[in-house]
Amino acid sequence: MTTIDQENKKPPRSELAVAASLDSEIMATKEDVQDPRIPKIASSIRVIPDFPKPGIMFQDITTLLLDTEAFKDTIDIFVERYKGKGISVVAGVEARGFIFGPPIALAIGAKFVPMRKPKKLPGKVISEEYSLEYGTDKIEMHVGAVEPGERAIIIDDLIATGGTLAAAIRLLERVGVTIAECACVIELPVLKGREKLGETPLFILVTSDAA
Amino acid sequence: MFAVENGLQGDPRLQTISDAIRVIPHFPKTGIMFQDITTLLLDPVAFKHVVDIFVDRYKHMNISLVAGVEARGFIFGPPIALAIGAKFVPLRKPGKLPGRVISEEYELEYGNDRLEMSMEAVKTHERALVIDDLVATGGTLSASINLLERAGAEVVECACVVGLPKFKGECRLKGKPLYVLVEPSQLD
Repeated sequence: MTTIDQENKKPPRSELAVAASLDSEIMATKEDVQDPRIPKIASSIRVIPDFPKPGIMFQDITTLLLDTEAFKDTIDIFVERYKGKGISVVAGVEARGFIFGPPIALAIGAKFVPMRKPKKLPGKVISEEYSLEYGTDKIEMHVGAVEPGERAIIIDDLIATGGTLAAAIRLLERVGVTIAECACVIELPVLKGREKLGETPLFILVTSDAA
Repeated sequence: MFAVENGLQGDPRLQTISDAIRVIPHFPKTGIMFQDITTLLLDPVAFKHVVDIFVDRYKHMNISLVAGVEARGFIFGPPIALAIGAKFVPLRKPGKLPGRVISEEYELEYGNDRLEMSMEAVKTHERALVIDDLVATGGTLSASINLLERAGAEVVECACVVGLPKFKGECRLKGKPLYVLVEPSQLD
């Protein structure tokens, strides 16, 4: 598995992460290294057809959370990757990013910053709008939660179109934070979310073609 | 029951936790002094104290399930669950959980709300902990207890970071003990 170097150089795409697709095909990295924890994590994720609407194959991580070993392994992989890399901010996207972000933040000694839907945060906020299939939505963060010059990772359970993560990146960059990487448990590559992230690298444990 | 009544009198971690919580007056409406735990999350030492105190209390109680109420219960529940080797079960607003769910209605000041849990989350007779950031009326926690009991779990305790002073002493919610770290912070 690759590591992030201190200068925040983006590793070549072919070396990014080890991933296992949900029909058990294992994709090896260039160094042909397979993290043995990945297949169990992949198989602990349940796919629910036609949720929240017909045609969508929903990637349900609640079953991963019921599997204590898989959940621990998921967090361990992220912690091993980000510990000691000068990351002082773990930003988690509401609501499933709130489940994975805090254990990582605690283990690497970083602060946890929740990025929330509008009107949930009680104090002064800055917000960033992003496009949905129909219409727009907004993501918000407290003013003063982060300081210019800090290095952050952004966590969510899944990247689909990349709209939410791209908005989170813009929000943090607006206040002078460098995003070292975005990290998700699952990627749906057919939706090309990676392309919305610009120069920001993306680290994934599991990819699914079931989009 | 507050931590200070149960072995943690004089524990400096409680003051650190209390000091890290920000008070936002008149949110979400006039008269409410909102206890903002996001500032505690920005303080890795204070956040770790919260988790450590809960983990020390629950690690030998044979708890196999930690249920967290959306959304701030999602922040405190998983670190506790991971440290004590329990599974984490999110209790969510309606329509968010996929698959088969059970739901429980509860009263708000004006109107009702609903909390849902996955039907596959609980094995009968599992010992469960419910966690949220704050307890005020106890409505959400009571609904959570109902959901877990309906699914066959035994709720051992409810745990919150902040609680109103009325929860001191042997206060119970639906017969279940309540464990709270600190009273609400005041405005400076």
